[in-house]
Amino acid sequence: MMLEPQRAGIPVPAVTPFTRPFWDAAKEGRLLYQFFPASGRAQFNPAPIDRVSLSEEFEWRQSAGRGAVYSHSTVWRPQTPAFRTPYAAAIVELEEGYHMISNIVGCDPGDVHVGLRVIVQFERIGDEFVLPYFTPEEDR
Amino acid sequence: MSIRGATAVVGVGESEYYKHGRSPDPEFVLVMKAILAAAADAGVDPRTIDGFVSYANDRNTAMRVSNALGVNELRWATMQWGGGGAGASGAVQQAAAAVAAGFAETVVVYRGLSQGEFGRFGLMRTRHPNDSLRFAYGMSTPIQKFAARMNRYFYETGLDPATQRAVSMASYFHAQSNPRAVMKGRPLTVEQYEESRWIVEPWRLYDCCQENDGAAALIVTSAARAKDLRQRPAYILGAAMGGGHRSSAYSESVYDSTDFPTAEFKTLAPRLYGMAQVGPEDVDVVQAYENFTGGVVMALIEMGFCTPEEAGEVLTLENLTVPTGRLPLNTSGGNMAEAYIHGLELNVEAVRQIRGQSFNQVEDVEISLVCSGPMVTPASAMILGSEESL
Repeated sequence: MMLEPQRAGIPVPAVTPFTRPFWDAAKEGRLLYQFFPASGRAQFNPAPIDRVSLSEEFEWRQSAGRGAVYSHSTVWRPQTPAFRTPYAAAIVELEEGYHMISNIVGCDPGDVHVGLRVIVQFERIGDEFVLPYFTPEEDR
Repeated sequence: MSIRGATAVVGVGESEYYKHGRSPDPEFVLVMKAILAAAADAGVDPRTIDGFVSYANDRNTAMRVSNALGVNELRWATMQWGGGGAGASGAVQQAAAAVAAGFAETVVVYRGLSQGEFGRFGLMRTRHPNDSLRFAYGMSTPIQKFAARMNRYFYETGLDPATQRAVSMASYFHAQSNPRAVMKGRPLTVEQYEESRWIVEPWRLYDCCQENDGAAALIVTSAARAKDLRQRPAYILGAAMGGGHRSSAYSESVYDSTDFPTAEFKTLAPRLYGMAQVGPEDVDVVQAYENFTGGVVMALIEMGFCTPEEAGEVLTLENLTVPTGRLPLNTSGGNMAEAYIHGLELNVEAVRQIRGQSFNQVEDVEISLVCSGPMVTPASAMILGSEESL
């Protein structure tokens, strides 16, 4: 069984002025993250202050999109019927040092495990959104 | 400062418990029935209740409830922050704090749920922009959020997923002798459990709580007044709520928690036992909120009842059930098999164990513990004691 990206009809993100740069970049196939020079750290979800330095000064940086599965779960019962099941919900630990949630696609659900090396794969969902998914790196 | 033994639960009550959508009464009526039952149980005039506490954004506000009861004077009205049943013991803690500080004399803690009337709690229909990613990636409902925590916990600790089964089996076992239990008459076999469908791995259907209609209530007053009331007081020896550094993983869209695989009891357990002046070895009976079985296993470990390595030996059906188990767990059937009243039915059961009124009574209970809402912050927990424990 091959895990595939979702299609239009799933709940799409509510874009705020704060998160718009992330979503605009995703449309161009770029994965952005929030970097705080004061502490030298990346933070995700984007937040108004750095949880370590408490600095409000940050810049958007582009991630290489590579990381490893930190944890995951195979979902058989979706919140809405718009989701095709099963899908592999996951937390990915990016090489830049932050965690983000996504789905793993392009492999069998049984192949998803903690530590699996993955790379970002952008998927258009309807007209308005491009969502970053992740797929096993060795398949690229 | 400690409020150990300064207050007591003196009344407990509930509406009839129903399957999801089957209540003939609206939610507000269920709440009224539960509060009136608790007042009658305590032997207090409901019009003298002067404090009202609930949690999980209960729709039945203190204003509406106190007016319907004809309360003489409203002195305390508070709501516990946080998601779901994690607030149940915290709500009792608020009542105890209010009474001990003299802000109110007789406080009712209540929770009503009519999911047929208002929709399923766990479906999480409403969303804040901050939660957007979770919805887009299908990690929005409680089980979808917590399953990844559990899988990471298995990875880091080596805990055997098979330890989860006894939690479910114990709840269903105890429900068979509890006339209030929605699952009475529907025992669970090992085969049924193992063959049930996956909801979100590592959890099958029987790893998940029910959804129900019903209401429950507890009345808290001072220890001094408790002695003159109808029931044997269940003294509040300790209570605690909270979470660790960068807790609220997922719930507040924090994905870089520094302690991700946790039930959130690690930081509150020492405070709870410290206030109560007891340790896990002194606890006679445990009620542990079951959203999903694995959360209960994590909670029991973090509350000091076993280690991940010992879990396979400790978490057996025989050891978790009356009359012979050394760690009797969820003796009413709990969220899984009595009714999902957001865990407040567990607090009610903990009181009945102190009184000797449970349908699955443990012998000579002096110390009765409740932990509410694994994997949610603020998590909360409380310890009740008999008069002998003071």
